[in-house]
Amino acid sequence: MEKNEKDIILKVDGLKVYFYTASGVNKAVDGVSFTLKKGSTMGIVGESGSGKSVTSSSVMRLMQAKSQKIVDGGITFEDIDLLQMSQKELLKFRGDVCCMIFQNPMTSLDPVFKVGYQMVEMIREHQNISKKEAWNKAVEALKLVGIPEAEKRMEAYPHELSGGMCQRVIIAMAVCGNPKLIIADEPTTALDVTVQAQVLELLKNLQKKLDTAILLITHNLGVVWDMCDTVMVMYAGNTVEYAETGTLYQEPMHPYTWGLLDSMPKLSSASKEELTTIPGTPPDLRLTGRCCNFYNRCPYVTDKCRESVPPLVEVQPGHFVACHRQNGVDRLVRGEVNGHGE
Amino acid sequence: MLKMMLKRFLQTIPTLFIVVTITFCLTRMLPGDPAVAILGIEAKQEDIEAMRAKMNLDKSLPEQYQLYITGLVKGDFGYSYSYRQDVFQLIISRIPNTLSLTLVALCFAFVIGTTVGIVAAIKQNTLFDYVFMVLALVGVSMPIFWMALMLVLQFSVKMNLLPVMGMGDWNKGFGDVVSHMILPGFCLATIPMATFARTTRSSMIETLSSDYIRCLRARGIREWKVIMIHGLKNSLPPLVTVLGLQIASTFTGAIITEGIFSWPGMGTMINTAINNRDYSLIQGTVLFSAIMFVFCNMLVDIAYMLLNPKVKEV
Amino acid sequence: MAEKKTQDVLGREANMAMLQKERKANNAWNKLKRNRTAMIGFFIVAFMILMALLAPVISPYSPNAINPGIPFKGIGFAGHPLGTDDLGRDILSRIIYGARVSLIVAVGATLVGAGIGVLVGLVAGYFGGWLDVVLMRIMDGMFSFPFILLAMILITVFGNGVTNVIFAIGIASVPGFARVTRGQVIIVKEEEYCNACRVVGVSDTRLLFMHILPNCVSQIIVYATLRVASAIISEASLSFLGLGIALPTASWGSILRVGRDCLTTAPHVASVAGVFILVTVIGFNLLGDGIRDVMDPKMKQ
Repeated sequence: MEKNEKDIILKVDGLKVYFYTASGVNKAVDGVSFTLKKGSTMGIVGESGSGKSVTSSSVMRLMQAKSQKIVDGGITFEDIDLLQMSQKELLKFRGDVCCMIFQNPMTSLDPVFKVGYQMVEMIREHQNISKKEAWNKAVEALKLVGIPEAEKRMEAYPHELSGGMCQRVIIAMAVCGNPKLIIADEPTTALDVTVQAQVLELLKNLQKKLDTAILLITHNLGVVWDMCDTVMVMYAGNTVEYAETGTLYQEPMHPYTWGLLDSMPKLSSASKEELTTIPGTPPDLRLTGRCCNFYNRCPYVTDKCRESVPPLVEVQPGHFVACHRQNGVDRLVRGEVNGHGE
Repeated sequence: MLKMMLKRFLQTIPTLFIVVTITFCLTRMLPGDPAVAILGIEAKQEDIEAMRAKMNLDKSLPEQYQLYITGLVKGDFGYSYSYRQDVFQLIISRIPNTLSLTLVALCFAFVIGTTVGIVAAIKQNTLFDYVFMVLALVGVSMPIFWMALMLVLQFSVKMNLLPVMGMGDWNKGFGDVVSHMILPGFCLATIPMATFARTTRSSMIETLSSDYIRCLRARGIREWKVIMIHGLKNSLPPLVTVLGLQIASTFTGAIITEGIFSWPGMGTMINTAINNRDYSLIQGTVLFSAIMFVFCNMLVDIAYMLLNPKVKEV
Repeated sequence: MAEKKTQDVLGREANMAMLQKERKANNAWNKLKRNRTAMIGFFIVAFMILMALLAPVISPYSPNAINPGIPFKGIGFAGHPLGTDDLGRDILSRIIYGARVSLIVAVGATLVGAGIGVLVGLVAGYFGGWLDVVLMRIMDGMFSFPFILLAMILITVFGNGVTNVIFAIGIASVPGFARVTRGQVIIVKEEEYCNACRVVGVSDTRLLFMHILPNCVSQIIVYATLRVASAIISEASLSFLGLGIALPTASWGSILRVGRDCLTTAPHVASVAGVFILVTVIGFNLLGDGIRDVMDPKMKQ
């Protein structure tokens, strides 16, 4: 246990992030907990608007507007409480210890400054070295992430690079410091399929080399299977299931996870079986928090689901599920016909 | 880049040509015989004929047009009978006064306006933002000639604090020059200042909400650098456009305010010209300022190119 | 199950109600109503227009009734709430009638400018090529003339009077409208629905006026509203310089001109006229900004 605690690099506990809008309080993240071990990879999956991006930017304490607030919960990074960090400490933390890779690489770089300028600026923000040294370091980093003609690229403006190239530049920026955690927010969604694979491969290699932990946000279950050690499934601001990747794929327990897995195309199955979809749409986040958020789309719904929020329960060591029908003695079996509530 | 600049420079030629043509047409449409206007109604017929010949008015329109253009190239903008002086000479002697006033006003307006705009954008929806944006709204809506009158009334007539008339004299010291400049300068600066503040604020807010600003923060760049280097440089293009437009409108504003403060510049001159129906002076001034703006616009466009790396490839 | 009434917070009814509310809230007029500053602008503008329309009913005196016995009476003088001017004319009445002239000139000039400018912009933007180059060069040329000076020349050529002032200010605002329209047309004409129209053989004129123009209208309305604001100032400046509306016709600018000559003896004349100009211009600016925010929050310049 002692050793385990030391291994943990990031601990998020009961995080709640609310957006205060004119039309009500938007509960974007409503109670999310997870831990991330050193050098491991965790995936967060869920549909758009499920709160995965907000969770990840909360770890960086990056709120988009003043109306977005962390209202409850704790985020601990190597025994340091991130929520208590001063602005100055935060600046050191961001970009050096913890790096973030965003969804759209083309808009992640400032369009009016050259790549080299932006890299040098960032390196010198964190390390007390000369411009020349920073420049060389940046070139090294670009070479490391496999950018050809690195010196020439330093003189390029972001719009002169392709999307995949931009993403590599951003990854290069991350490796310039000494990152212990990389948060990748859908790093491949905006890229071509072939480039996606290259970028993921690059991340994997860098992880091995630098022993960083990766928090990977995606809605692509294939990527999760490929990259992650543990997975958290989010739905409407809540964690619905959290387990090791293998466990999650072999013994998924939440009806939403089942739905997600069923809606994934399988190359192996030769038959032309139709892909299943989850009927309905996610709830309005202003209305959540009084019942199971998935009840209106769940085929196994009972009255209890309509009346109270299911707690996140550890059903097996390391496997957490938030479902009323999975935390009792009488466990639900996948595909079972709904026999309750009639 | 140089090629782009040259191209933009060459583009001014047709515009200049059109400006000159419009002015030519307008002069020919002006009522009354210019020769009569110069010599007076009682002048003898032969004298008028001689004057008409001297002014090439007896030739055909195309010939006149050709002569007009060649005259302009040589700096012949016509003859002002109310000042009894060559129009070009007159303009050249007056322009420094107007330029010094407008430039001082524009510089102050730019510095104060953009600063207020940046602070308002950072402190969006705070008391500071509200107060200054209401002030800016009043500023852009201000009829400045009226404001000039009110300032004269308040500071000169009632409180007797500042001089109302004319330009300061360097021989009387720096204070004299400055005190003469305060009221007209403030009047001229009002609209551009308010416009800069509004433009900077909205441009800045848009920039600061973009992805790359968030990414810069995620990279741990200090906040002042994020705002003053990245935020500002990305917010500049609309500001440059507005600056270009403001040069023109401040100049127009000078024409009206100068009259009120008896500032010896182009504005006072054109006021005299209007009152005396001195058409050749009016059209000379109009043409001169139009040419000035064609070049101003060119400079603004070039600044725009320099600021936006994407333009280069087009 | 049907008998059991469970709380259906995420159910269809709740969602539908919210959607309907949102749809209602997204209607342009309702959005404008919720925009507090725009509504202030709207009420100022409505007030001024009403005042102008009802001038004969509400104004206490004839605007040109001279009363040499009571010149230069200040604000609050018996029977003349805003005082009198050099000839003893009632300033309130002159302001009310002046609103007519000032608003007619401002709106008329904007319509003239919009009429010509939009047409030029449509043609230049839609047909492109040499036509675009020639038209826009001419617009650039016109744009290079300082606005007031251009109006000045036009008025010295054609003489002053309400119609001429309208045309002078209107013509000076043509290039602005042309640029705004052209910019929008160039974006709109590449949209899918325009290509679709061309494919099914819709004629150029029909496409231009029935499909492209309606999609540029919001930008043109915004520009026009802001343009009215500056046309009010232009009229006042011209009249102030003695080039606009000739005395004794009351316009806000011509009242100001009178006020300037008696600035020290009767400062209220100039003050009152200026305040009306300022407030009206603020009103149009607020309204224009409001419409812009409602129509397209991304169009910020």
